[in-house]
Amino acid sequence: MATDLTPRATYAVPARETAPGASPMRTRIAVQGLDAWFGQVHAVRGVSLDLLDRRVTAIIGPSGCGKSTFLRCLNRMHETVSGARATGHVLLDGREIYAPEVNPVSVRKHVGMVFQRPTPFPTMNIRENVAAGLRVMGDRKPSRGETEAIVEQALRRAALWDEVKDRLGASATGLSGGQQQRLCIARSLATSPEVLLLDEPTASLDPISSQKVEELVYELRKEITVVIVTHNMQQAARVSDVTNFFLNGELVEGGPTERIFTAPRDPRTESYLTGRFG
Amino acid sequence: MSATVRPTQRQRAFAERAARTVRGRKAANVTMLTFLSIAALAATLPLLVILLHLVKLGASSLSWNFFTQMPKPVGESGGGLANGIAGTMILVGIGSAVGLPVGVGAGLYCAEQAKSRLAQVVRFLADVLNGLPSIVMGIFAWEILVRPLGHFSAFSGGIALGAMMIPMVARTTEEMVRTVPNTLREAALALGYARWRTSLQIVLRTASAGIVTGALVAIARIAGETAPLLFSAFGNQFWSTSLKQPIAALPLQIFSYAISPYDEWHSLAWAAALVLIALVLVISILARLATRARAGAGHGD
Repeated sequence: MATDLTPRATYAVPARETAPGASPMRTRIAVQGLDAWFGQVHAVRGVSLDLLDRRVTAIIGPSGCGKSTFLRCLNRMHETVSGARATGHVLLDGREIYAPEVNPVSVRKHVGMVFQRPTPFPTMNIRENVAAGLRVMGDRKPSRGETEAIVEQALRRAALWDEVKDRLGASATGLSGGQQQRLCIARSLATSPEVLLLDEPTASLDPISSQKVEELVYELRKEITVVIVTHNMQQAARVSDVTNFFLNGELVEGGPTERIFTAPRDPRTESYLTGRFG
Repeated sequence: MSATVRPTQRQRAFAERAARTVRGRKAANVTMLTFLSIAALAATLPLLVILLHLVKLGASSLSWNFFTQMPKPVGESGGGLANGIAGTMILVGIGSAVGLPVGVGAGLYCAEQAKSRLAQVVRFLADVLNGLPSIVMGIFAWEILVRPLGHFSAFSGGIALGAMMIPMVARTTEEMVRTVPNTLREAALALGYARWRTSLQIVLRTASAGIVTGALVAIARIAGETAPLLFSAFGNQFWSTSLKQPIAALPLQIFSYAISPYDEWHSLAWAAALVLIALVLVISILARLATRARAGAGHGD
């Protein structure tokens, strides 16, 4: 992983408007001049943006626009694929996560991630699944009693507790797809990450399950920073405070969701939102 | 009043041709099905014949004494193969202690680092080793263990069996680990699992039922091996559990009793063969159950 520490004057950080009714906003993650490659393919090109604390930021754009790759750079998952690399700066609470001394594994403990398809661990029951991340917390690892409380809290935050409280010992693969996805969200929340990354979390779910996940995302922003990649423009409009539109690896336009959807400034954003491509 | 529609000559020819091809397809279907069912039955025939034969000739010598007593000298009736049974268990134990960890480790490496040069080399060599005649494995054990140490031993026999197990276990482990979806690896990594921990605690555990099946099949295979033991464990007429001494084994005893000129020994050999095949059968059934447990765990979604 090469970390380029030279400042990049070529990419201006887009000016950011205040989300409606927002109290003073703090930047949780600052991305500056981020480039990402898969081998020779330049998937993310010079993206700079701020992710605000306790806000839901949506990343939208057509397939292959680099939005998932961008998301995976925020917890250093991108580099786990062979041939993948990234340069630029990603500052989590002011600290460079691409600094040479930073262990990517520890970054992922602060920045949780949920994927397109639910990924419960099939050998673990529901309780063990939620507690899976706690087992690797090293010296911050909670005791057994604490774990029990954390599991309950995480399942409540993921709006799944009432559905599974009587069968915490049952296999997680017996849950429905939507329940499995909320279980994965609970699993990510259990380790109390500062940021939660959602990579098309409802793409494989039915409409009712999707709605539950959306409601959950809407609730979560009271507590943490959420970044959601989605194909679904209506979903971005419903759940997010800030929307960023990506095209061909570049950030075309970002701003308060309402403004982006009602008065896009870039003609390409408008074309996408009105369904002219993508 | 409706007019009768008479088929044209072309339509009649078409219908005739269609009927003919349907008849042809049906005939081909029946022929192939018959042939394949016969082949399927023939595949099970050797096992059935062997089992019947063993039960007919060996069952009469099977008694409690067979499992608890030592071989008697020629001319005395009775006696058992307690030393051979114990010896086979010890040899299989040593073999598993060597073959399972090395095989599982090698298989996990080959699956998780599939594209690395080392994995490609290991995979190829494991296939070669798998095809190695077992007598060669015996000579190998003799050359590197028996000769330097100066005597035959249970230890060298166990190592020879373990070396036979490694490629079998490695290949099944690799195949099973590869069936674990990559999304599970990503999920574990995203939770802050280090890569080694992901491999051991998530991937290997998810594949464990299949690996257990492969391990049991490999154990069943080596339990009946004779050739690797000829120059290593050597066989022993007496009771011995020492790893440094030659040790008896059921396959070796079957071999030496079968080529002897005494009828009592012949029937003991039949009985020993029956016990050995029963052991393999039990292990195979256990393997089946482990596979079924894995299939059961995959429900849902």
